[in-house]
Amino acid sequence: MARFASRHPVWTFIIVLGLAVLLWLIFTPWSPQMEETLGRKRIFLNAIFGGVTLGALYFLVASGFTLIFGLMRNVNLAHGSLYLLGGYLGFEISEFTGSWLITFPIVFIIVAAVGIVLQHQVFRRMDGEDLRQTMVTIGLSVVLADLMLWYWGGQSYTIFAPDWLSGPMTLPIISSIRDSGEIVYLRYPAVRMAILLAAIVIGIGMWLLLNRTRLGMFVRAGVDDREMLAASGVRIQYIFLAVFAFGAGLAGIAGIVGGTFQSLSPGEDTRFLLASLVVVIVGGMGSIPGAAIGALIIGLSEQLGLVYAPTYSVVFTFLIMALVLAFRPQGLLGSAR
Amino acid sequence: MAVIENPDRSADATPRSRSWYEGISTGWWVLAAALLFMPAVANDFVLFQVFGWTFILGMIALSLMFLAGYGGMVSLIQMSVAAMAGYMVAIFGFSGISDLSLGMPWWVYLPLAILIATIFGTLVGALAVRTEGIYTIMITLAIASAFFYFTRQNYSIFNGYTGFNLVVPPELFGVDWRQPMPFYYLTLGCATIAYLAVVYVSRAPFGLVLQGVRDNPRRMAALGYNVVAHRIAAYAFASVIAAVGGILLVWQNAQIAPGTAGIAAVIDILVIAVIGGIGRPIGAFIGAIIYVVLSTFAPDFLLSIGMSGERFNLLIGLGFLAIVFFSPDGILGLWDRWRARRAKRGDPLTGESASGGDAP
Repeated sequence: MARFASRHPVWTFIIVLGLAVLLWLIFTPWSPQMEETLGRKRIFLNAIFGGVTLGALYFLVASGFTLIFGLMRNVNLAHGSLYLLGGYLGFEISEFTGSWLITFPIVFIIVAAVGIVLQHQVFRRMDGEDLRQTMVTIGLSVVLADLMLWYWGGQSYTIFAPDWLSGPMTLPIISSIRDSGEIVYLRYPAVRMAILLAAIVIGIGMWLLLNRTRLGMFVRAGVDDREMLAASGVRIQYIFLAVFAFGAGLAGIAGIVGGTFQSLSPGEDTRFLLASLVVVIVGGMGSIPGAAIGALIIGLSEQLGLVYAPTYSVVFTFLIMALVLAFRPQGLLGSAR
Repeated sequence: MAVIENPDRSADATPRSRSWYEGISTGWWVLAAALLFMPAVANDFVLFQVFGWTFILGMIALSLMFLAGYGGMVSLIQMSVAAMAGYMVAIFGFSGISDLSLGMPWWVYLPLAILIATIFGTLVGALAVRTEGIYTIMITLAIASAFFYFTRQNYSIFNGYTGFNLVVPPELFGVDWRQPMPFYYLTLGCATIAYLAVVYVSRAPFGLVLQGVRDNPRRMAALGYNVVAHRIAAYAFASVIAAVGGILLVWQNAQIAPGTAGIAAVIDILVIAVIGGIGRPIGAFIGAIIYVVLSTFAPDFLLSIGMSGERFNLLIGLGFLAIVFFSPDGILGLWDRWRARRAKRGDPLTGESASGGDAP
C-alpha cells in the first residue's frame, strides 16, 4: 500500500479524499440543504449498507471463484450452480432441522464434496485445456440448472433467519435529527449485519490462511508457478482438491446467505455467476483482496444505482467493468502476466 | 413462387462454382439439389420453422465459428449483435409499436441495421481483443448480459421488457417474404452466401493471417502483421454475418424482445457451434439443425418415454456435455475419425485416408 502511495500520489490522494467524503457523509448528520440536494439521509444510508452487504455476499461467491481460477486456471462457469445448489440444500436442511446455523457446516461439506467430484472427474481429465473446461462447465451449469428446476420447481424460496437475528438493530449512526432535537439512529436488519460481519471474518480468515499457514504458502506458490511447486515435491493435486473444495463450499454457504436475505429461484445461478465474473474481472483474477474490493464496488454501485438511477442500475455494473477493462485489463489488483 | 425463385438461385449458383467445378465432391451437389428442391416434399412447418430457423441459427453460429475456429477467439457476443440488428430493423423500420419505430424505407433501414450492429460488434471486439482465451469468453458473456439487461430496462429506445412485435419483412418484388417457401429460399440464400463468404475469407490472405494469429500471435507480430487490427477486423466481418442472421431472425419471429439475446440464447449459440464442430464452417449448420430438431421434437420424444416435455434443456445440456467430453471437435470430429478409421482399414499399406479431405 505504501508502495502504491509513493508511486501514484495523485491517485492515492483522490482515493483517500473520496473515502473521507464518504465517511463524512455517513457519520455526519445532514443539514436541511444537503437533504434537499441529495435526498433523505436514511435512504442514502440504506443504499450504502445494502451495497456493502450485497458486496459481502458477492465476495463470498467470488472469492471461491477467484481462488480456483488463480491457482488452477480453471474457469468454473458452474460456480453459480454451486451457489444455487447450496441455497436449495440450505433451505431443505433448515426446514428439516429447524436450525439456521447448523445448515452452514452441512451445506459446506456437501457442496465441497460436489466440488471435489468436479475437480477430480472433470477438471483433472482436461488439465490445461482452458476452452474445453469452460465449455464443460457451461454444459454442467445447463444440466444442473435444469435438474434443480426439475426438483425444486420454478417458485422462489426464502430461508428464514433464526429469531435472535430477525428484526432490526440500532446502529450508532445518526440517521436524522428531528425538529425537536431528538436524534434518530439508523436501524438496520440484524441478519444483514451478521452476514456482513461473517463475510469480514471469512475474508480475514482466508487472508490469514493464505498468508500465515503452510497450506496457504503452497497455494500462493502454486498461483505463481505451479510447475515449480510440483517439481519441488508438493502433491499439487491434493492442494487443487482442497482449494476447489473450499471454493465450492464457500459458494454453497453463500447460497444460504443469499437465500436468507434475498430469495432462491431458477436464474439466480446465472445472476451470481455473472456477478462473480464481473467482480473478479474488476478486482483482478486470482486476487482475494481484489475480489473484496471488486465486490464492494459492484455491490455499492448496484445499490446506489438502484436508489438514485433505478432504470440503469444494472448497466452501471457493466459500465464499471468496461471502464476497468479499457484502462486496466488485468483488473484493479490483478498482476499483469 | 418456386417458379420465380428456382432459376434465380441456380443461375446464382452455377457461375460461382464453375471455376472450381472439379473440386466440389458429389456430396455437395446432392446436398445443394436436396436443399433446392426441398419445398417440393417438405410441408410449410418444416420449411419455415425447422429449416428457416436452422439457417438463421446456423448463420449466427457461423459468425461465432469464424471467430473461434479461425481467430481463436470464443466470443459470446454474436447473439447480441444479431439481436442489435433485429432491434435496429424494428426501430428504423416498421413494427407494432408505431411510437418508437421510425418507418424508414427498407433500403435505408436494412443497411443501417447491419451497419449499426457491425459497429456494435466491432466495438465489443475492440474491447475483447485486449484479453485472451477464457477471459474473452467471460468478458463477452458479461457484455452480452449487459446488453440483455440494458434492453430490458430501456423503454425509450428498446421498449423494455416487451420489445417490438409485428416486425415483418418488406414486400419486395411482389413477394410476401414471410410465406414459408419464399422465407425458406431467403434464409437458404443468405446462409449460402454467408457460408461461401466465410470459406472464401478463410482462404484469402486475410483469413490466412488470422489463422496465423490464432496459432502464434507473437510470430505474426514479428513478421510485421498488426495482430490487434486483424482480430478487430475479424470481429467486424463476423458481426456482418451475425447481423444478417439477426434480421432474418426478427422477421421469422415477427417480434424481438430482450429474451432474444438472453443469457440462455447466448449460450445456445455456443452450444450449436460446438456440437457441430467449431473447426469448420459447415459445423455451425450441422449443430443448428441438430439443435432445432431437438428443440422442436424433444418435447414429444420426452413425453413418449414418460418424462416431462420441459426437460428439453437437460437433453441439450447432456448432449453438449457428451460431445465436449468425448469429441471436442464436435459431430464433424466424430465423422472424421470414423472416416479415417474406415479409410485406414481399406488401405492397410499406406495407412492414409483415401478420401480427399473436405470439400469447400
